[in-house]
Amino acid sequence: MIVAERKPVEEIIESIQGSQKILIAGCNECVTVCEAGGKKEVGVLASTLRMHFMKEGEKVEIDEVTLERQCDHEYLEEIRNKIDLYDVVVSLACGVGVQFMAEKYFSTPVLPGVNTSFMGVTEERGVWSERCQGCGECILGKTAGICPISRCAKRLLNGPCGGSTDGKCELSKDLDCAWQLIIDRLKELNRLDDYEKLMPIKDWSTERAGGPRKVIREDVRL
Amino acid sequence: MSVKTPSRLEKILDEGHLAVTSECGPPRGSDGEVIAKKAEMIRNYVDAVNITDNQTSVTRLCSLAACIRLKLMGVEPILQMVTRDRNRIALQSDILGAASFDVHNILCLSGDHQQFGDNAQGQNVFDIDSMQLIQTVRLMRDQGKFLGGDPIERPPNMFVGAAANPFADPFEIRVPRLAKKIAAGVEFIQTQCIYNLDKFELWMKQARDRGLHEKVSILAGVTPFKSAGMAKYMKNRVPGMDVPDEVVKRMSGVPKEKQAQEGIDICVESIQRLKEVEGVRGFHVMAIEWEEKVPEIVERGGLYPRPKVNE
Repeated sequence: MIVAERKPVEEIIESIQGSQKILIAGCNECVTVCEAGGKKEVGVLASTLRMHFMKEGEKVEIDEVTLERQCDHEYLEEIRNKIDLYDVVVSLACGVGVQFMAEKYFSTPVLPGVNTSFMGVTEERGVWSERCQGCGECILGKTAGICPISRCAKRLLNGPCGGSTDGKCELSKDLDCAWQLIIDRLKELNRLDDYEKLMPIKDWSTERAGGPRKVIREDVRL
Repeated sequence: MSVKTPSRLEKILDEGHLAVTSECGPPRGSDGEVIAKKAEMIRNYVDAVNITDNQTSVTRLCSLAACIRLKLMGVEPILQMVTRDRNRIALQSDILGAASFDVHNILCLSGDHQQFGDNAQGQNVFDIDSMQLIQTVRLMRDQGKFLGGDPIERPPNMFVGAAANPFADPFEIRVPRLAKKIAAGVEFIQTQCIYNLDKFELWMKQARDRGLHEKVSILAGVTPFKSAGMAKYMKNRVPGMDVPDEVVKRMSGVPKEKQAQEGIDICVESIQRLKEVEGVRGFHVMAIEWEEKVPEIVERGGLYPRPKVNE
């Protein structure tokens, strides 16, 4: 999933200064799972803002909605009839949702309520960590199912570097060395000999480096 | 073996001498004389001098310019090049720049993460890694080609080196990793500073068991401690460094004013022991911001005078 973190409420208040009618829009997908922008967080943010404006003596109306997804036309359409009632929308979806909403509702300011962090997993309740950087050419088959691009701080294809200590990355004792994990799993799979295969220079043109990406599937287009 | 490049370091190794290299860190400013002064102190005691490339990710005068300065002084430079800061275009371009001044040695590294430096908020590049940089230089030199496949007019002619850390984890892949660098095309290795000699000897034995010592010239890295504080710092704070307790104890056991001498003594004793290790083909003496002590270490290590080779 896409993992996001809630923006500080002070930053959100600053960004909506002067607005009279505000819609807080959550998303029922990834940001719900990582507890940053689902229905619950929409409610918490709306209450916080209402209390803030009440204390300041400002008359600001705040509505709540949580869409099934903000990255699909059909769900975003659900608010078409009422979008013009609002001065601003604070979207708690990831950066994808914020942008798609802004594309669709061109004349309404849409502001981000979360910082989109990475594609990752829930390690345990309250702990999420990165697993994929969407490089566009998956090498997991060669690295024992552990991605050095997203999990090695230097994204070394032929690691580990000299800083790997006790299974941890030189950046932090809280961070596993991806190459230690790869080696451990190669061993488990009885494939440690594969470690000596040189990983060739990567074609990064399928990654961010190649410019904004697009997938077109003629076979599934309507 | 026969030499493939005009590198003095390669010739010395090829003739079977124990090679001696050292390193100079460029200044945090534009005064190139700083490098010249450091090089003057050590030029007669070493065969070649590494110039570090923004080591520990702290911004400094660039390695390439400092290498050119050494070259113009008649000192043989080893261009350290990290893949952290430049993509494949810039790396190949700088290799050509160095080659245009006949810099004949390169040390291929990934580089410390920028978190440790003065620009922790900066991007890193890591378009390629150190193994792939080795492959890149060999392609440019041996096939006269750019990574993109186009031919190079007057290809670079460099003796290709890399680092090896026998002490990082996991230990079991330390020798396979060396084999991998050899497969990538590395010709000389400078090791991480050696304080745990037993572990280094084990690593060398494993390398010998696979015949790797005959495929690559291994220079043992040594660094004298200036103080007990430095020994403790290296032990506890520097990732991938293995400083045994007894070494720290020995440094701490002498009065402060004698610790520097003790550090040099330990370094010289290490060289003497390492000379006996089969497969050690020379020494890389890294006297960090202490270049003036290199002559003493080299002399007392029995590595002086340096051999003359035809150039």
